[in-house]
Amino acid sequence: MLQTVLDADFVGDATSFRDTHLTAYRFMLLARMLDDKCAGLYRAGKIHGGVFIGRGQEALSVAIGLALKKTDVFAPLIRDTAGRLAFGEPVVDAVRTYLGSVLGPMRGRDGNVHRGRPKEGYLPMVSHLGAMISVVNGMLFARRMKGVTGTVGAACIGDGGTATGSFHEALNQAAIEKLPLVLIVANNHYAYSTPNDREFACRNLTDKAAGYGVESHSVDGTDLSACLKIVGDAVARARAGRGPQMVVATLLRLCGHGEHDDASYIDPKLKASPAGRDCLKVAEEHLLRQKWADAAAFAALRGEIVREIEEAVAQVQREPAPDPFTEDWRAISTGHLNEGHE
Amino acid sequence: MSITYLEAIREAQAHALRDDPRVFIYGQDIGAFGGAFKATKNLAKEFPGRVIDAPISEDAMVGLAVGAAIEGMRPIIEMQFADFSTVGFNQIVNQAATLFWRTQVPCPITVRLPFGGTSGSGPFHSQSLETIYAHYPGLVVLTPATVEDAYSMLLEAVAIDDPVIFCEHKYLYYHLKAEKLPSEALPVGKARIAREGRDMTIVAYSAMVHEALEAAAELVPEGWEIEVVDLRSVKPLDTDTVMASVARTGRLLCVGEAWPWGGVTAEVIARVASEGFGLLDVPPQRLNAKDTPVPYHPNLWTAHRPTAHAVAAAARKLLRL
Ligand SMILES: Cc1ncc(C[n+]2csc(CCOP(=O)(O)OP(=O)(O)O)c2C)c(N)n1
Ligand SMILES: [Mg+2]
Repeated sequence: MLQTVLDADFVGDATSFRDTHLTAYRFMLLARMLDDKCAGLYRAGKIHGGVFIGRGQEALSVAIGLALKKTDVFAPLIRDTAGRLAFGEPVVDAVRTYLGSVLGPMRGRDGNVHRGRPKEGYLPMVSHLGAMISVVNGMLFARRMKGVTGTVGAACIGDGGTATGSFHEALNQAAIEKLPLVLIVANNHYAYSTPNDREFACRNLTDKAAGYGVESHSVDGTDLSACLKIVGDAVARARAGRGPQMVVATLLRLCGHGEHDDASYIDPKLKASPAGRDCLKVAEEHLLRQKWADAAAFAALRGEIVREIEEAVAQVQREPAPDPFTEDWRAISTGHLNEGHE
Repeated sequence: MSITYLEAIREAQAHALRDDPRVFIYGQDIGAFGGAFKATKNLAKEFPGRVIDAPISEDAMVGLAVGAAIEGMRPIIEMQFADFSTVGFNQIVNQAATLFWRTQVPCPITVRLPFGGTSGSGPFHSQSLETIYAHYPGLVVLTPATVEDAYSMLLEAVAIDDPVIFCEHKYLYYHLKAEKLPSEALPVGKARIAREGRDMTIVAYSAMVHEALEAAAELVPEGWEIEVVDLRSVKPLDTDTVMASVARTGRLLCVGEAWPWGGVTAEVIARVASEGFGLLDVPPQRLNAKDTPVPYHPNLWTAHRPTAHAVAAAARKLLRL
């Protein structure tokens, strides 16, 4: 049953409630398994640099990826494997970037979560937190100037990232320009090792939106149905011209900050709290309860995803790495203005 | 008719707005008010919706420009003063400057920096930041010294497919005048011999070109013929023109208004010393501002930055070696 639904393209314009859930669940599981695969490759020493995964945040992430149309703008961050896939990133792009394949979108020049295709509205994050939001603003601003209508831009950020100046400047800018920006804030209670009470003193992160005259919405980030609804509504409001929207989701990072981190600092009480639920399990139980899927369907889906990921990894492992001798070492596009070149 | 350096900048922007619908300008107070220096005077009226007031958010201003550039626009960002570009520094050096290299998508933005000292401006409205931007790969850094260059190089900056840091000197805004706007110009990336001479080369850029020219005039009665090279663009740096000049004169003095640690003058000397050591008759010298914040009081300010007298004194020393 899952199969038939998954074969169709439901991204963005899913009409049926059930189908949206099934599509979302598939991307969540794909993200979870792809993240786990990357973590495994990291532990096996096959990946240069870090691995950052989104375990526990898939429901929120997939909700924004699905709510966007292919023609929208998306600026995900480090925990958005699910959203990236749902927005349309092929698995192979992720694998190529992690393994440094020269055939990937970043050609070995940048790695891991720093990947995207700007011309397709999919922005490759820089590390500096908060910095992508105003870039999304700029794309929306330019589209409006060009007369392109009906477009929305989403940017993701963590609780910690809401303390940056960039975040505040960009939120205020979006409000002034009434841009169709949707800001997805994943409050996973930690910024690396730092708990919420060392990151902000407002009662709720939604208060930050109120300060700029921006509409905000809270959601239980462990509940897929709630995420699909609240995030979907926020995107619809932005698209309808109601100005920037902020969604704050409560959840917990169910992994280290990166795969190098054992996350021993996470408060056991939080793990046992509702925020500590695994959104993937919650979604699975929901699908079972609704009888939208059964154990056999889940098993079949897992098998299919394992094959998809293993095929991508096997393919990418045969692909060429970047070659310093053929690399052109030019940072600007205007050939003759590069230093040392005529 | 005569036109100032500032008017040339305004005219170049008007020209760019007129010629190219992708161009827009974004900065504080630049709309109806016309900008803190009036570099966008009347442009908002002439080009409705394309000369846009920004909040005091330099980070978001540059970020917005990068996003617009990805969408095919050609934004010009006016920083009210170069000094405040440090608030947008992250977006310039980490976002704009890395975009093409990371993704092959060019980032044609122009960031205008009204920079450099003027009397009474003090530590936070006087800085020269060309060095710090030139240090980063992925940026073109321009420092026009003449009205003609202010005009033609700004037009070229907007046309260049890469992020350009356009350093326009506030002291030159009203002091420099030309008869008319140029119809042709040296391309970006080429230095210019501002004055020919045989005894020594002074390499300078922006306002310091004029201090160097005045110093050269001061040295004429003493029998010295000084060559002055105007770099025009500090990145890329036209090492060939500098080297050819040093080959003729055998002596090199580099003058910059920026602080002394590292920087454009150090870079020029490093290149000449390593690639043209044999051309030098005496050790090359450089003259910069003092290593303190830029002082407020004119007595201190004129002693802080290189002036024509200071350049002439440094030149005399070098000529006696
Ligand atoms: C401006 C900036 N400062 C510091 C860092 C280093 N850093 C990377 S992730 C991180 C924690 C981010 O926490 P949060 O925003 O809550 O996101 P989460 O990792 O929890 O998803 C830090 C400090 C950074 N990337 N950018
Ligand atoms: Mg966090």
